[in-house]
Amino acid sequence: MQTTASPKRTSSGSGRFLREYGWAYLFILAPVLLFLVFTLYPVASAFVMSFQQYQVMGSTWIGLDNYKHMIGDDVFWKSIRNTVIFTIATVPVNILITFVLAYLIFQMKNKAQTFFKATLYLPAVASGVTISVVWLAIFDPTDSGLLNRFLGLLGIDPVIWLGQSGTALFSLILMNWLGSHGAGIILYLASMGGVPKSLYEAADIDHASGWTKFARITWPLLKPTTLYLLVTGIITSFQVFISVYLMTQGGPNFATTTIAYLIYQTAFQFYEFGLASAQSFVLALLIVIVSVLQFKAFSSDVEY
Amino acid sequence: MQSQSQPQTQSRKLMLTIAGILLLLWTILTIVPLYWMLVGSLQDSAASASFRPAMIPEALSLAPYERFFAKTAAWRWLFNSLLVSSVLTVTNVFFASLAGYAFAKLKFPGSNAIFWILLSTMMIPAQVTLIPLYILMVNTLQLQDTYTAIILPTAVSVGNIFLMKQYMSSLPTSLIHAARIDACGEFRIFWRVILPLAKPGLAVLAIFTFVASWNEFFWPFLITSSTDMRTIQVGLASFVFAESTDFGAMMAGATIGALPMMILFFSLQRYFLQGITIGAVKG
Repeated sequence: MQTTASPKRTSSGSGRFLREYGWAYLFILAPVLLFLVFTLYPVASAFVMSFQQYQVMGSTWIGLDNYKHMIGDDVFWKSIRNTVIFTIATVPVNILITFVLAYLIFQMKNKAQTFFKATLYLPAVASGVTISVVWLAIFDPTDSGLLNRFLGLLGIDPVIWLGQSGTALFSLILMNWLGSHGAGIILYLASMGGVPKSLYEAADIDHASGWTKFARITWPLLKPTTLYLLVTGIITSFQVFISVYLMTQGGPNFATTTIAYLIYQTAFQFYEFGLASAQSFVLALLIVIVSVLQFKAFSSDVEY
Repeated sequence: MQSQSQPQTQSRKLMLTIAGILLLLWTILTIVPLYWMLVGSLQDSAASASFRPAMIPEALSLAPYERFFAKTAAWRWLFNSLLVSSVLTVTNVFFASLAGYAFAKLKFPGSNAIFWILLSTMMIPAQVTLIPLYILMVNTLQLQDTYTAIILPTAVSVGNIFLMKQYMSSLPTSLIHAARIDACGEFRIFWRVILPLAKPGLAVLAIFTFVASWNEFFWPFLITSSTDMRTIQVGLASFVFAESTDFGAMMAGATIGALPMMILFFSLQRYFLQGITIGAVKG
């Protein structure tokens, strides 16, 4: 597509190759080195480690014992279950909220659009730690906690949100629903602005109903954005950690232990590096499956 | 025709009003936690551990902030966060634009393969690499509690290279050719021709990298053990575990952790709101 660098010289061999391409390789040297040392080596090392009992002065090979132990561990299955429940409960609902908000904002005038975009985006610049600390206070189990105060207005007794296994995971889900949807809203708005007006005008001539226009024009044309939000949303929620670590420490009774939190505990509280590596490959596998499914969905979309 | 269009505009006006009210309600819901944090940090809670702030405070006080700074090394943490985020911003902008330019505009053997290998690593969750990375940094390189250890693994992220490749592809190739004819070296072309052209993209990249680095928790949390080397996020988390009864100071700390980024957001709003769509899927 583009022509290559100055092909004036006639000298042959490696000298010419370097002169022509040397700069390009130099330009990508830093990321490639970082990739080798901080990604490739760790992945390979984690893979080997998952078959070992880790010790600082030389690990011992134990074959599939880590994987066997993992599969026989109830907490591991509970963490998978919690992670899947959290993901299914948050991602589709968040996309729905994001879409409805974007659709409503799209009807507004320019100034109102900017106001809503900016205000709804604002919580996204606050760190996960800050947001978790604030929600820890909102879920305060006493009757002076913010959420319990609100329930009190409706005549409902205070709830021990994070302290009992029946409501702890739901509390984390609720917090996620009420988080920032700003980035998704902005992506949807950009896509909505890109839908050609002529399509709607043609539909008007055919006396299409509002619903038909939505189902036949708006929704299909926004599908790539929806898929993008779906996949990034799933990958993010598979790795949910900060809120669990700060608000519940996985409890009570493992009700909020997610797979990412379990890996952290196994590795850095119990120092079972081998077992933790085995667990992390399960998480990686889940993410790869989701990513591959995404590519499938995208390619079927092209045919449509 | 005219009699038909009037009720239509009226019903449209009604729809718009309802849409506006719904939006406003949700916006309030989104902002309430941040408001709660702010009013909580500005009411003196020292009297008792069970004190909880009022939604509309009667008197404002900075005592929670004084306590937060007195009980912690927060100034040092803020300095650490500022240093780490600044260095990461510079390294990411420089190396990601350099590599992005090479992948977008310089054809060289293996460029596609290398790019896709790099890109595919975005699928690998951090949890897989963290343990070997921790062992490498702490046991092998003895770099625990150093800025180098906090910064190095994310000195240039693949996501940023991808964004820059997308962005650089849209720049005119003809200018590069013109510069080559003037016998400029490749790095000079990058520095003198490409970077000035790419300024809007670089600004967006810088802002998002700075915010993400400021808010990063897990890696700095793992790799630091001394109080003095914590970033503000790691320090805040440790404070919450140690002082969970001091409600006001907790909210003051949460505010301190987020306020710099909020100020940045309000002053550079335009870049934030437009920058999100750079490199994202085309709808």
